[in-house]
Amino acid sequence: MPRTRDYPGARSANTYAEGMNHHILSVLVQNRPGVLARVAGLFARRGYNIFSLAVAPAEVEGRSRITIVVDLDSAPLEQITKQLFKLIDVIKISELDPELSVERELLIATIKAEAMQRSEVASLVDIFEGKIIAVSEAVITVSLEGHPNKLDDFEDLLGGYGIVELQRTGRVALPKLDRGSRLRAVN
Amino acid sequence: MTEPAAPERITGAQALIRALEYENVDVMFGYPGGCILPAYDPLMDSPIRHVLVRHEQGAGHAAEGYAHVSGKPGVAMVTSGPAATNLVTPLMDAYMDSIPMVAITGQVPTAAIGSDAFQECDTVGITRSCTKHNELVMSADEIPMAIRQAFHIATTGRPGPTLVDIPKDALTNEMTWQWPTDEEVSDSLPGYRPNTKGHQRMIKEAAKLILASERPIVYAGGGILKARAAEALRELVELIDGHVVTTLMARGAFPDDHPNCLGMPGMHGNATAVTAMQQSDLLIALGARFDDRITGKVDAFAPDAKIIHVDIDPAEQGKVRRPDVPIVGDANYVIAEIIREIKEMLQGGARQADISAWKSQVSGWQEQFPMTYEPSEPGAQLKPQFCIEQLNERAPEGTIVTSGVGQHQMYTSQYWKFNEPYTWVNSGGLGTMGFSLPAAIGAKAAMPDRTVWAIDGDGCFQMTATELVTATLEKLPIKVALLNNNFLGMVRQWQEMFYDERYSEVFLDSSNVPDFVMMAESMGCVGILVESPEEVGPAIEKANSINDRSVVIEFRTDAAEGVFPMVPAGASNSDLILHPTQQDRAEVLKPAPKPVDTKLKDGH
Repeated sequence: MPRTRDYPGARSANTYAEGMNHHILSVLVQNRPGVLARVAGLFARRGYNIFSLAVAPAEVEGRSRITIVVDLDSAPLEQITKQLFKLIDVIKISELDPELSVERELLIATIKAEAMQRSEVASLVDIFEGKIIAVSEAVITVSLEGHPNKLDDFEDLLGGYGIVELQRTGRVALPKLDRGSRLRAVN
Repeated sequence: MTEPAAPERITGAQALIRALEYENVDVMFGYPGGCILPAYDPLMDSPIRHVLVRHEQGAGHAAEGYAHVSGKPGVAMVTSGPAATNLVTPLMDAYMDSIPMVAITGQVPTAAIGSDAFQECDTVGITRSCTKHNELVMSADEIPMAIRQAFHIATTGRPGPTLVDIPKDALTNEMTWQWPTDEEVSDSLPGYRPNTKGHQRMIKEAAKLILASERPIVYAGGGILKARAAEALRELVELIDGHVVTTLMARGAFPDDHPNCLGMPGMHGNATAVTAMQQSDLLIALGARFDDRITGKVDAFAPDAKIIHVDIDPAEQGKVRRPDVPIVGDANYVIAEIIREIKEMLQGGARQADISAWKSQVSGWQEQFPMTYEPSEPGAQLKPQFCIEQLNERAPEGTIVTSGVGQHQMYTSQYWKFNEPYTWVNSGGLGTMGFSLPAAIGAKAAMPDRTVWAIDGDGCFQMTATELVTATLEKLPIKVALLNNNFLGMVRQWQEMFYDERYSEVFLDSSNVPDFVMMAESMGCVGILVESPEEVGPAIEKANSINDRSVVIEFRTDAAEGVFPMVPAGASNSDLILHPTQQDRAEVLKPAPKPVDTKLKDGH
């Protein structure tokens, strides 16, 4: 039985609250068994929680890129970055400044939507430029890709209808191109 | 060794043993069992000496002892499951103390992995956080590369333990022998590029700070020994004519009989070393990691000191104390560069600041606060410090000393005069009781011509004493000085000082059970019991004269004796507790009051 989660008026627990000190680490690793356990183990050992994590093969064969979002002060962040870099399978670590990077995330959610509400939900999805993936008599499954903040807003609004199940991928991020490279890309 | 011309088909097990030979392994320590069985067959035909221990933990510590004194990686080979878990303690010990060590463990066949097979455990999972790197090899072909990587990683950068887990079918299957080149090894580890050269601008900055310092202290850590930098250290210290402290891991890195040596700092360091660090204006940390046993309360540690921190591990920079000049590099290289810079500056007309006032202050402390203990009353039990002094006095040239963990370890570090590097082997970071005996066996295997004394307590000894059988049967005669005070001495001391003398579970009753002399003799050793001061010297002489068997001398020592000086855990180094006979002059160690800012006063 799918459970319905109630979202209180405040922002949901997995959004970036004000004053939260979040950092994005982009970690290039050798794609080998156990590498994720090594990386995650380092955070666990020091008692730091990973807020979100996305892993997939990178542009070069045999390499993966892990995007980790953590909530930390800068001093422990420096230490954990250095410790991460000591892992033999870690090739490169960049801390991405949210101001200077592009971030994307994907959300899929199944929402309560009886015939009466269906069009309301559909129009909400439309406003956010999301997609409707599946529809049944009582529920509707939608998807949205975009900046994590946009997903937060979307999630809040969906909460009003009743979320049956929701899954977000965790953010992925890359550095923003500087103006020069943007122009080069255009020309 | 030459490469055969035609591709050669051999088993994974043969490839493993050949790979170890190619890595110049001459001695390894191990214990066979089900899954590692195939590897023990080609070992019979190999020139590698295998020391058969009596417990896998012993194999690990012996490999550490071997590595400590030889500088070469120690090798331990054991089977899967319980054998692998028995290696966890030595691996963590080696990781904490940066000892190069390669562990080879058997694993259940690849098809059985994950099925809860007999003697299966997730060895790489369990040892992930206590190795510098570990690897599960899934086929015979991967063995040579895995072994090369393991040795490369264990011995370069900041040394540490590595582990290669090899399933039984990878050992029995055939493969085409191929020994990877240096380049192939490097290419296979794109994320591993230890930095050995320090940053030149930082090195210059360090030289400037050193010349400007009026109260410099060289804080030498275990990294000096790992980097084979004892010579360079001495040159630097003599060039600036400053003082040096050698941490527990660095005893012997600088000769104790040198006039510039202040000995060991830290929780049980001598008063001069602790106070000189505390009041210094510049700490030159070389291969040291600002361990809590050195700093005491971090916020109150060496408050006026600028920090030059030389370490090959970038993660040590700023981990505990933010350095003014961080230098990531090999200690030997960086020290040589600092010396070069200083000499250049001096030739260019720079002058070193006057450190003479500081030096006379330090020697004043040395005169007033020598290491001290009260000799035992006639008929009373022996003082452990007296036993250590006697052992030291009668030790042949080049004697290697190993120790366990606790009071006896501190007494040894305090009272033994270490004048040569690589003569002191102990468990510093992890504090592993039972370390000394197997480590002594490993040290003896590496240096068969040296006398090896394992100084142990009655608690530690009972943890790994079974390895005396190994010493006897493998003809690796060691000498054990067992300081038997009937108690877990260090824990007892803490209960005495911090738990209102409520002695909970620290009485071992070791003068009653076991009979250590019989125990030693039952394992093929000579056992000697010493109870009075006049027997101490002759017993040690006798032990030193026996070279065909191991010797255990049991010294009955005074349980009431405590280790002093002492900085209680979490306290500031300024609040160290002196030996009771020196407490009347504690004021001498207090820093001079800072000149009062009169302007501020007037403003009130």
